[in-house]
Amino acid sequence: MEKELKYVDLVEQPISMHPKKFALWLFMVTVVMIFAALTSAYIVRQAEGNWLEYDLPEIFWVTSGIVLLSSVFLHWAYISAKKDNLLQLRIGMSIAVLLGIAFLVGQWYSWVALVDRQVFFVGNPSGSFLYVFTGLHGLHLISGVIFLIIVLISSFRYKVHSQSMDTMEMATTYWHFLGGLWIYLFMFLLLNH
Amino acid sequence: MATASVATHDTAHDHHDHEHHDNFVTKYIFTTDHKMIGKQFLITGIFWALIGGLLSILFRLQLGFPDMNLEWLRPLLGGWITETGQLDQTFYLALVTMHGTIMVFFVLTAGLSGTFSNFLIPLQIGARDMASGFMNMLSYWFFFISSVIMFISLFIKTGPAGGGWVVYPPLSALEQAIPGSGLGMTLWLIAMTFFIASSLLGGINYITTVINLRTKGMSFSRLPLTIWAFFLTAVIGLLSFPVLFAAALLLVFDRSFGTSFYLSDIYIGGEALPNTGGSPVLYQHLFWFLGHPEVYIVLLPALGITSEVIATNSRKPIFGYKAMIISMLGITILSFIVWAHHMFVSGMNPFLGSIFMFLTLIIAIPSAVKVFNYLTTLWRGNLIFTPAMLFSIGLVSFFISGGLTGIFLGNSAIDIQLHDTYFVVAHFHLVMGSASFFGMVAGIYHWFPKMFGRMMDARLGYVHFWLTFVGVYMVFFPMHYIGIAGFPRRYYSWTGFEFSNMYTDLNMFVSVAAIITFAAQFIFLFNFFYSMYRGRKASQNPWRSNTLEWTTPIHPGHGNWPGEIPTVYRWPYDYSKPGAKEDFIPQTVPLSATPESNLPHEQELVKLELEIMKEESEALVANEAKES
Repeated sequence: MEKELKYVDLVEQPISMHPKKFALWLFMVTVVMIFAALTSAYIVRQAEGNWLEYDLPEIFWVTSGIVLLSSVFLHWAYISAKKDNLLQLRIGMSIAVLLGIAFLVGQWYSWVALVDRQVFFVGNPSGSFLYVFTGLHGLHLISGVIFLIIVLISSFRYKVHSQSMDTMEMATTYWHFLGGLWIYLFMFLLLNH
Repeated sequence: MATASVATHDTAHDHHDHEHHDNFVTKYIFTTDHKMIGKQFLITGIFWALIGGLLSILFRLQLGFPDMNLEWLRPLLGGWITETGQLDQTFYLALVTMHGTIMVFFVLTAGLSGTFSNFLIPLQIGARDMASGFMNMLSYWFFFISSVIMFISLFIKTGPAGGGWVVYPPLSALEQAIPGSGLGMTLWLIAMTFFIASSLLGGINYITTVINLRTKGMSFSRLPLTIWAFFLTAVIGLLSFPVLFAAALLLVFDRSFGTSFYLSDIYIGGEALPNTGGSPVLYQHLFWFLGHPEVYIVLLPALGITSEVIATNSRKPIFGYKAMIISMLGITILSFIVWAHHMFVSGMNPFLGSIFMFLTLIIAIPSAVKVFNYLTTLWRGNLIFTPAMLFSIGLVSFFISGGLTGIFLGNSAIDIQLHDTYFVVAHFHLVMGSASFFGMVAGIYHWFPKMFGRMMDARLGYVHFWLTFVGVYMVFFPMHYIGIAGFPRRYYSWTGFEFSNMYTDLNMFVSVAAIITFAAQFIFLFNFFYSMYRGRKASQNPWRSNTLEWTTPIHPGHGNWPGEIPTVYRWPYDYSKPGAKEDFIPQTVPLSATPESNLPHEQELVKLELEIMKEESEALVANEAKES
């Protein structure tokens, strides 16, 4: 067994990445495609007229700030983990998780704000689309929070450090991606409203 | 480097475990071995092909023999046979819908891509298994759940989905529209959600494996064309299935939550529905953004299999290896920018129609390149007519005859006459349905020895081929005439209109041909299952082929190669190389071992190759010395 292990270690792979990280990137491609489809559907539908106009909830500015801030803290945790500063890693991650949950709560209040403006899920597609965007993004964000919590727990078990960064790297990538995705959606809504 | 060591670790683990730890459940049911998962997909695919074929026979009976008393089908169909012994009209629509859904997704996507991508990718690129065996297992079981739900929907009281396999709203969105739009449609959507998840899990795995787990020396320019095809198929699936998911999601909201994404100003029984502001054309855009690439998801693996089978059995290198890759890449890219040619008559902007027409016709170029290359590979080859070879040549034939009619249909003006007629049915059944089916069958005949260690009976294979090949043309060729005459697809009856009355004979002919072709598939089924247990034992490399899978033991274990994974030194198509002793040189034979057949530029590579091998053995010796 040992001999074989050594031998294959010598083999050079032409291009190679950690397979799980690579798979995560591919998964993010599929998420991009879902939202690309939905946002282009939005544009196509909007061009046909009969489109309800309303103001976007102001709370989106706050939640956007929260999601960016949580990415900053997560990245700080990531750098700390690389330097084996486990305390900072745990603090950074915990804040990122809390901010993630705060973001979700904020998104919920955006729905409350929409209902206050008489924009409902059932009704003109212009409003329905907004619920679908935020809802589907929220679902993905919940999966991101769960992922972060799993990594946070393993960081308390001393399983995340400079020699074992794979899951931490993946969690960071995914979280930044989700934050970026929300910023894209928000910008898209601001520009196409 | 990380990848390599992870892979080895798994293998070493497997080598110790699989002798005494594999029980029935982990070996045959919840297996993570790509070969067994491939076989699971194959068996499920065959099951669905039978169901899908049977459904088509049922509606062909109605079309060919509209006055026939179908009372004898009552034990099978029960209440779907009316009191006068006719096929129920809404059930006819459900039959057509389910035939399409089953054949396109369950047979030719999961059954074809699922079987051969899983089975062949690790074997042909020299990997122990897929990148993630667990995800691979999950992919099959999602497909299985999807299959169970879709199967259940066949038996519910209101019948399965009946709005056509494209499930256009508002027909599919309103329960009041037809019985099939009730529970049947809901189950259809749930099943397809699982199916999409399964396809994405599979696709992510295929792409990761091809990019990251190739053995040493297996550069992209040495990949067999099968792997190129599976790889690009997975890329197409990864980009297009999420869009179908988005379309289905909005449809679910419209059906179950009362939103109006696709619904607007609809009156039922004089009453207006509350939905306003939706756009049914939006659904068509989203659907066909998947729907058209789906055609190539179905077709490309079959073309890849054909490249391999034709080159092996012509004993010639594939003609234009790079041209093949470039044309597949071209098809991949073009497949995403032609979707609106399915919608020429949907009321979209005619100027946009011209653009899509232009883009559509460009696909003729890479397709023609591929056909040309198949024919030139066959040209003056030492052809060996194995059943797999016959089916591959059959595929080329269908690809030509079905592809030509695509040029007509791609024209937005001609499409006004031909849209949704039997001309379309004939076109896509030849170019996509039958061609892909033939590719799948060719793959089964060709890789059966690797799957089960036994050979399929060739004589039964010939009978199967000729009956199917002639049968398919008998079924679909007459449909061109019916279509040009203007008869629409999905119609229950031909006798209602003057102009189509005269086609009753032709339809009877088509139905008889369809029944014979379907019956011929039982020859294949018998051959398949009989050979699995009683077939002639296969040798290690029965087709004298070059690719890596034939260097594994006859019954490869989990991990594929008992020792090290072989290194690759050449491309996979060194057949009949001038000067060589045999008419094939496997990919594992170094150039330095074949000085008699090397070309001048390969002679240069020999020096480099020897240097690398020397360095490596030194490193190996040094490593062993360190250990002891």
